[in-house]
Amino acid sequence: MRSVIDILDLSKTEIDELIAVAEDIIKNPAKYSEKCRGKKLATLFFEPSTRTRLSFESAMYELGGNVIGFSSAQTSSASKGESVADTAKVISCYADIIAMRHPKEGAPYVASKNASIPVINAGDGGHNHPTQTLADLLTIKREKGTLNGYTIGFCGDLKFGRTVHSLISALSRYENINVVLISPDELKLPDYIKKGVLDKNGMPYTETTDLESVIPTLDVLYMTRVQGERFFSEEEYLRLRDSYILTPEKLENAKSDLAILHPLPRVNEISVKIDNDKRACYFKQVLNGKYMRMALILKLLKEAGSI
Amino acid sequence: MKVDSILNGFVIDHIPAGLGMRLYDLLGLEKLNVTVALIKNVYSKKTGKKDIIKIDADIELNLDVIGYIAKDATVNVIKNGVIIEKKTLSLPEKMVNVIKCKNPRCITTTEQELDHVFTLADSEHGIYRCLYCEAEA
Ligand SMILES: [Zn+2]
Repeated sequence: MRSVIDILDLSKTEIDELIAVAEDIIKNPAKYSEKCRGKKLATLFFEPSTRTRLSFESAMYELGGNVIGFSSAQTSSASKGESVADTAKVISCYADIIAMRHPKEGAPYVASKNASIPVINAGDGGHNHPTQTLADLLTIKREKGTLNGYTIGFCGDLKFGRTVHSLISALSRYENINVVLISPDELKLPDYIKKGVLDKNGMPYTETTDLESVIPTLDVLYMTRVQGERFFSEEEYLRLRDSYILTPEKLENAKSDLAILHPLPRVNEISVKIDNDKRACYFKQVLNGKYMRMALILKLLKEAGSI
Repeated sequence: MKVDSILNGFVIDHIPAGLGMRLYDLLGLEKLNVTVALIKNVYSKKTGKKDIIKIDADIELNLDVIGYIAKDATVNVIKNGVIIEKKTLSLPEKMVNVIKCKNPRCITTTEQELDHVFTLADSEHGIYRCLYCEAEA
């Protein structure tokens, strides 16, 4: 049974196909509104993530399907000590496809090995969140018209930010992408990604601690949150924090067609004053996430022979 | 120190000094009721110092474990007091229940019945990653 646990479970061709389907859904939503009639998506959320869950649920409803599930471990059988493997087997009897969120890394993989229906990883700890990456890719594609040939800056927590690692892996399969890594020294991109992904795929990159100095070169800016608990001291955090907050002043020298992305939720790393700037794409990204989830649900149900 | 020579069993030689005990543990030799000698810091012309493990019994020896801990070690198979075979070792592609994942956020920390599985992620540097959470071993 085909599942998607890691963004690299999908080939480049498959991702391009998903993007094409998502763009078609955007153009002709009516064509898709009955595709999953009578089918059920189980949203198994062992930890709350309202935005991701609602995105999956809206995706399934807009395909004409139904949704069952739970939104926290307390309301699930996990609170009675049931294993992920057993939960996956039981849910396979009720639903046609699973979207699973779990605080433990690797839990959706375990589910996929035990379910007889497709499993989509909706986030496992600090590990993978492939549908977020699909949302990021569709956003870049729609804003830039292509996934090849631009300069993308990643700003903030590049050490622990799983969305950054996953997007870099996905982009490594496209052509002529320049990467600019913008972070405090404490939160630089780990070596195994620099060597294993960027160097290995011949992607040129530069590292800097200064957002303002590189902002004029960027076509895409991917912002992430710098969290206080990642620092050794409160002073250090407060000193660094403001350097990684995007404000209208910092945007002054940016390109007029810069696309600003953020996986959300945002705390304060993007000033709300930017929300009405046409370069702010983070709310469009949320919508794009729903379209990519629709495309992915369709693909996996088709492959499973359910539709 | 005198250690009796082996009649039927194995001599694991050229274990890098200091790794003999770890290998002894991971091979589960402590639990076996057979004659085993762990000899540490033996003089070696090649490397200066080495560890040796001698097992005087024809047991199931997990060569993957030896390959993982000491891929340059040699395993001599002894029958009736003579070496009948020298096993070659390599880094195993996959290890099941040899080592445990140390990532506190890994699913294996809460689901006890899961096998601990590691796969070879980088053969050049001998890096293994957890099958579930991809944490480095
Ligand atoms: Zn693990």
